[in-house]
Amino acid sequence: MTRELKFFQAVHEATDLCMAKDPTVYIMGLGVPDPKGIFGTTLGLQQKYGNARVLDMPTSENGMTGVAIGSALVGMRPILVHQRIDFTLLALEQVVNQAAKWHYMFGGQMKVPLVIRMIIGRGWGQGPQHSQSLQAWFAHIPGLKVVMPATPYDAKGLLIASIEDDNPVIFIEHRWLHNTFGYVPEEIYRTPLGQARIARPGKDLTIAATSYMVLEALRAAEILAGAGVEAEVIDIRTLRPLDTHLILESVRKTGHLMVADTGWKTCGFSAEVVALVAEEALDALKSRPRRLGLSDCPTPTSPALSRFCYPRASDLAFAAGDLLKIPNEKLKRPGEVSSLPPDVPDPTFTGPF
Amino acid sequence: MQAETLKRFYYEMLRIRKVEEKIAELYPKQEMRCPVHLCIGQEAIAVGVCAHLSRDDYMLGGHRSHGHYLAKGGNLKAMMGELYGKVTGCSQGKGGSMHLVDLSVGFLGTAPIVASTIPIAVGAAFGSVMRGDPRVTVVFFGEGATEEGAFHESLNFAALKKLPVVFVCENNLYSVYSPLSVRQPEGREVFWLAQGHGIESYQGDGNDIFEVYRLAGRAVRKARQGQGPTFLEFKTYRWREHCGPNYDNDLGYRTDREFQEWKRRCPVERLRSYLRREGLLGDLEMNRMSRELETEIEDAVAFAKESPFPEETLLMAHIYAP
Repeated sequence: MTRELKFFQAVHEATDLCMAKDPTVYIMGLGVPDPKGIFGTTLGLQQKYGNARVLDMPTSENGMTGVAIGSALVGMRPILVHQRIDFTLLALEQVVNQAAKWHYMFGGQMKVPLVIRMIIGRGWGQGPQHSQSLQAWFAHIPGLKVVMPATPYDAKGLLIASIEDDNPVIFIEHRWLHNTFGYVPEEIYRTPLGQARIARPGKDLTIAATSYMVLEALRAAEILAGAGVEAEVIDIRTLRPLDTHLILESVRKTGHLMVADTGWKTCGFSAEVVALVAEEALDALKSRPRRLGLSDCPTPTSPALSRFCYPRASDLAFAAGDLLKIPNEKLKRPGEVSSLPPDVPDPTFTGPF
Repeated sequence: MQAETLKRFYYEMLRIRKVEEKIAELYPKQEMRCPVHLCIGQEAIAVGVCAHLSRDDYMLGGHRSHGHYLAKGGNLKAMMGELYGKVTGCSQGKGGSMHLVDLSVGFLGTAPIVASTIPIAVGAAFGSVMRGDPRVTVVFFGEGATEEGAFHESLNFAALKKLPVVFVCENNLYSVYSPLSVRQPEGREVFWLAQGHGIESYQGDGNDIFEVYRLAGRAVRKARQGQGPTFLEFKTYRWREHCGPNYDNDLGYRTDREFQEWKRRCPVERLRSYLRREGLLGDLEMNRMSRELETEIEDAVAFAKESPFPEETLLMAHIYAP
């Protein structure tokens, strides 16, 4: 029987293991030592490592990012946590102008081994400012690394690798992944940055996905299998540096591409993947590539409206059907139709955050 | 103060003055192809503060930091090389005048986004305390930086954690062409902003090396004793234009009369006069100092001109640390 942990526990375990083995690792963020422990990811760490290494912080996202950078320059390895990626907008100056460029603009003499954990919100009326998914912005910046684990295994492996990386790493977690289960080995291990993963092999269609959309892509692949289509689902994992080789190889095999990203479609990360394939493997494509993402509007709060914003497995399956010319009747969801309201990840979620 | 110390202060201020004047002289040749923000007129602040610091203490600055870099002990040849965009520059030509660094003397870097290096300096202090190695960190900025959110966030945290930071504000009354009166309310002194954060703060004449030395000494000692941060506001004046080698008083944003008043309070001249009055510095020695500095500066310029440019292969180097 393999060891299973929830995604949030995997994040916790990675943090705990890294703090235990390296005294220069410390973690700070609004509410890091509080009773909720950032959705369980930091619970108990302050009791174990003390308040010099596990810190709450003033509501000063920009200033505190600068503080983290400065501490990294003199030998510390900070982990900064934001409970919503939306809050990091206040810190963009330090992240983009300073952290990303400090190694380059001083000729490689200093490094910024900083991890910034950002959490994407969704559901329960998170609304316009608690549900954004801005990985495209960070992936645009030379000098940053950007990762989005989709499984508990990678949550731990990528976080350990990110903490050990000597560069600023943007580590993006999806709130709806926090309570998903998966195999997580007990020991320290690393998921290498810059490597995508075939989540499900297939020969008929490539679905490249990020974060929570990997789960929806896998569900869509099941629906498609029912219609005799074998979709290959790629878990992109690292957005920058992107594993171009794996993506191109897959498209050369299948000839069809869909990209499912958690952000908005326009100028989103999916555009980068499609551009890559168009530039490097146009001849392999047998159909137009498709991008699926959030509706191009701020996410409204009422569930009556927000349910239209998010592409779900059935939307992916129908898009694939359109691409491969498969009639909708053939794309039936196996098993019971879900009766979950569209604004919760699973029946155990009762709000508010 | 000892005569030797004062003469050293004079030498260091004169050195900064002459370096900046040489840059201004050579700039029209268009071989230094980056923006330069000269600190002529403000030299006493860098020298008076750095007099209390060791090589190990950390320092960060902004776009107008040639003087800070030099006073801290930064390598002159490397600075010139950087201005000329050469691979021998302190940042391998990748940073230019606005991104100076010299790790051998704790000079951790400069950046021109106003106030951006202030939280980074607080972080360097924070990190050094965490490592059990509490050096003093000094950060220089202009009064414009006190309008930025990052400034306030930094002071709040430095006060909260009682960090060994000295915040040095060079209030030269103008942010490019904008006078203080359009940016901050009348009747409010800049250093009160720091007091509002619970930080011990002082204001002084930035063109009086004695006053700078005295106040900086107090602040550095306090930080070294683990008693927390201090904010120092020094009033001074920038002689030349905000960016570039020229005088621009003809533009009208400030009066020539104001400039002349401040010029009469030249920090270098004031100390020179004092030393002569006290019989501590004669013509012979003064001329020797000048010649020595001129030679050093000419050598640095020659070094920069003779150095190679960075190769194309360096374009994509150092995006990531390995």
